[in-house]
Parts: sequence; C-alpha cells; structure tokens
Amino acid sequence: MLIQKPSEILSSAITPKEQYVNRRRFLRGAVGVGVAALGAERLARIVAPGREVFAGTKLQTVKSPLTTTDEDLTPYEYVTGYNNFYEFGVSKDDPARNAGALPTRPWTVRVEGLVKQPKTFDIDTLLKLRPLEDRVYRHRCVEAWSMVVPWVGYSLSEFIKQCEPLSTAKYVQFLSYYDPRIEHWGREETSIYWPYSEGLRMDEAMNPLTLLTFGLYGEVLPNQNGAPVRIVVPWKYGFKSAKSIVKIRFVKGEPHTTWNDENSTEYGFYSNVNPNVDHPRWSQKTERRIGLPFYAQRKTTLMFNGYGDQVAYLYNGMDLRKNF
Amino acid sequence: MKRPVLIFLKALTWIACLVPLARLIYGALTPGGLGADPSAHIALTTGYTTLMLLIITLAITPVRRLSRHLSWMIRLRRLLGLFAFFYATLHMLAYVALYSGFDVHAMIADIAKRRFITMGVIAWLLLLPLALTSTTWAIRKLGGKRWNLLHKLIYLAVICGVIHYWWQVKTGVLTPLPFTIVIGILLLARILYALLSNRKSAASQRTSEA
Repeated sequence: MLIQKPSEILSSAITPKEQYVNRRRFLRGAVGVGVAALGAERLARIVAPGREVFAGTKLQTVKSPLTTTDEDLTPYEYVTGYNNFYEFGVSKDDPARNAGALPTRPWTVRVEGLVKQPKTFDIDTLLKLRPLEDRVYRHRCVEAWSMVVPWVGYSLSEFIKQCEPLSTAKYVQFLSYYDPRIEHWGREETSIYWPYSEGLRMDEAMNPLTLLTFGLYGEVLPNQNGAPVRIVVPWKYGFKSAKSIVKIRFVKGEPHTTWNDENSTEYGFYSNVNPNVDHPRWSQKTERRIGLPFYAQRKTTLMFNGYGDQVAYLYNGMDLRKNF
Repeated sequence: MKRPVLIFLKALTWIACLVPLARLIYGALTPGGLGADPSAHIALTTGYTTLMLLIITLAITPVRRLSRHLSWMIRLRRLLGLFAFFYATLHMLAYVALYSGFDVHAMIADIAKRRFITMGVIAWLLLLPLALTSTTWAIRKLGGKRWNLLHKLIYLAVICGVIHYWWQVKTGVLTPLPFTIVIGILLLARILYALLSNRKSAASQRTSEA
C-alpha cells in the first residue's frame, strides 16, 4: 500500500538555512535570560538536553519509511514566510510577522470525547512518544498554490492509540489555539468564528500518511507554521491540516469545521485534492508551485495530491463530487 | 497654469504611474524578486494599481470642486484614466498568460462559470470605449455632451471592479472594504453635489421668477 522507495533526501542535506532563523527570538523564555544572553544555544542544550523545543532548534530525526516525493523542496524562507494562519492576519506574510504572540510553552493537548478516559498530554510527552521522522510531502492549498515541505513528526495513528478512543468514535475534531486576550489580527480582518476547528473521519486520521507534526526542515516548527504541534494531511487541501492544536475530540458525527462554516459551497468536509472538482471561483486542474519563477510555476494537480495509492481506498464507493 | 508647470506635473504623474510597473519588471529580473508566488503577485499588484488609479481619477472632480485653485487637476485626469486602463489590461494579460496558460477553452469556461472573472471582464470592457475615446479628436467628434455621457461608464466600471475584488477574496475576508468605502464616498459626493446644485438652481429660478 505504501510507497517503499527509500528517501534520497537526507535530513542532513536539507538544512542549509541557519541564516533564516532568528534564534535569539526563539530562545526567549527557553532558558534563563542569563543563558540566552550568553548567546549559548549549545549551552542550553547541554544544560537541558531533550528540552530543545523552540522554533529553529534542531530535532533528532530518523529517516521515514514513508517517502512520498523526490521533488525539489520549497525553500525554507517561503515555507516559513508564505502562510495562511488567519489568527495572525490574512496576508501571506502576516503570520511570520505576527505569530510571535503565540505562546508555545508550556503547551498541553487535551484529549476528550469518546475516549476511555479524558487525558492531557504535555508537549514534551508528545515529542518523545515515537521517533520523529523526516517526511517530505507535497502541500496543496485550496487557493491553487503548492509547496514541497520536509515535515518532522510521526503518524497521528500512533498518538491516537495512546488516546484509547471508544469504538463509537467515528470522527476526530482538532481545535486550534485561540486566546481572545492576545492580539488576533484575523479577528478584525475576517468574520471567522474562532477557535479554528478541523476534523477527519477516523479512518483518515488513522492512515499512516496523516502526520502529527512538530517540525520542518529538521527543526522545531516556527510559530507561523503551527507550532508546537499540528496535523498534516497531504492528500487534502491545506486548510484541513489544523495548526497549533490544543484539543482533540473523538466524536460520533461529523464535527463542524471552520471553512465549511464560513462557506459550505466552497469548502467541503472532505476537501480531498481533486483536479476534477473545481472550486466555484477557480479551476483546481492546475496549481502554482511556490518559489519558482512566474513562467515556471504552473503544474498539473494530481488526484489526492498524488497520494492515491495510499488513500484512494478510503473513498471507495463515495461520490467525490458530492462529498467534495 | 503656465505650460512648464503643467509639463512638470504631467511628467511627475507619468513617473508615479510607471512605478508599479517598474517594480514588477525589476522584481522579475531579480531572483526571488517577486516573492513566493510571482504569478499571484503580478495579478494582485496590477489589479490593486488599477483600482487605485480609478479611485484617484474619480477623486479629481470632487476634490476640484472644493476650491477654485484646484481646477488644474483636471488636466491630469486623462493620463490617470489611461494608466488605469493600462494596468487593467496588464491585469487581464496576467490572467491569460499565468492563470489560464493561454488555454482558450479554460478561459471561456472560466468566464462563463466564475462570476468574479466574468465581472472582471465586464469591468475591462466598460473601460475599453473610454480609453478609445480619450483623444481630443474623439471628444470633438462625439461632442462634449455625448462624450460626457459615455464617460459616465467609469462609475459602472469601478463598481464592477470592486465587486470583482469582493468575489475574488474568500468569504469573510474584508480587504476590499477600504476600497469600497472610498468609492462609495466618491460616488456619493457626486450625488450630493448634483442634489445641492439642483436645489440652488431651483432656488435661483424661484427668485428670478419672483
């Protein structure tokens, strides 16, 4: 079922971006001010090994058994500078500017709903639950642009096993961080009802491709990419991949999802990448690859974003035009 | 106004209007100069510049009415209007080349199916006769009255333009709002002016009758 081709991209070969990362900013609050003042990220690691969890710090990763693309990676500066994260503004460069307000430490993920027992997981526990894998995925936005991102994480299914959901749980809902007390640019620029909510059917969530994600380019996620923990569902449009998750609920019926609430004719619950079902306002047949010159950006969009071999079985017998 | 001053003002207007294009060309020639999504950047910048220039063009008449000393502004209006059309055309070409990939079938399907594209095409078509009749020769040929009536199409064009913008953004995104408000004020100013001058002329008529 899975593509077993070994990765040709080593994590060591895809991390040439120290220059992009303002480590001082991320170190703030990580260790004592004194340690930070020494400029000693290395020292911080020696002092507190295994707690290097701030954006831009390296993560211990292993090669993933699931390698899904050997296309050119989208440069780090675009992966982390061109984002949709409406809590921090609607322009693509807003999140990189504003997401510093997101307090990624301490962080817990609450698990509730149809589970044996509700639990709260600390981010450190989550980081150590399974070995962190480097996984290169295509990322296709519903707005018809795309990237190739080397994520870091492990299959969400591994975490779901720890949650002990009941057999009555048919869907998983993800709720993103939202604190009305911190400044949220999206509040003024949109009419969205916060917090951001997304969801998957249980079998989609259990598919090994669905990634519980902690990093990219071998490092802890920058805030604008959904730190400290997010979901990545590579065969669905990007908005299905909820960021900065604080709550996971196991439920019986289809949970409400933010963009579906906003406009149900444009954003369906499934939102699988599908070149044959147009968005009402634009064609989904092609996409613009981020970071390429304007004359080279157009690419053909693939069914299920090219992950059909791994996920098409989930939708056997379903009318994907109706269930868009 | 003295001729050299007018030439100077026109030159300034030319330069100012060419800045967005110059920046796009410079960006296209520098690696990464157009940002992460160059196609979208080109489409957005040209569309945004079109709306801005249409607004400035529409602002000239109400602003000019504020003071007699501002009457020279009318001399720049044709230039601004033509640049608005120029950027509207670039905007459309960006769509044709970078979005539809010169695919005629895709374009026809888009225009028929996607109302924001339909609305954009309508706005451009409304600007086209205005650009074509912008010469002094055309004004003379048409006669001032008819020419004025024809050029009232700019109101319709700018309304279509801003609707095109609203329909293009995602539901819930309010970025076209400032444009809408300014255009609303500029159109309202005309209605108010017409009402006031009507009343004035009616009043003067009454006094002359008395």
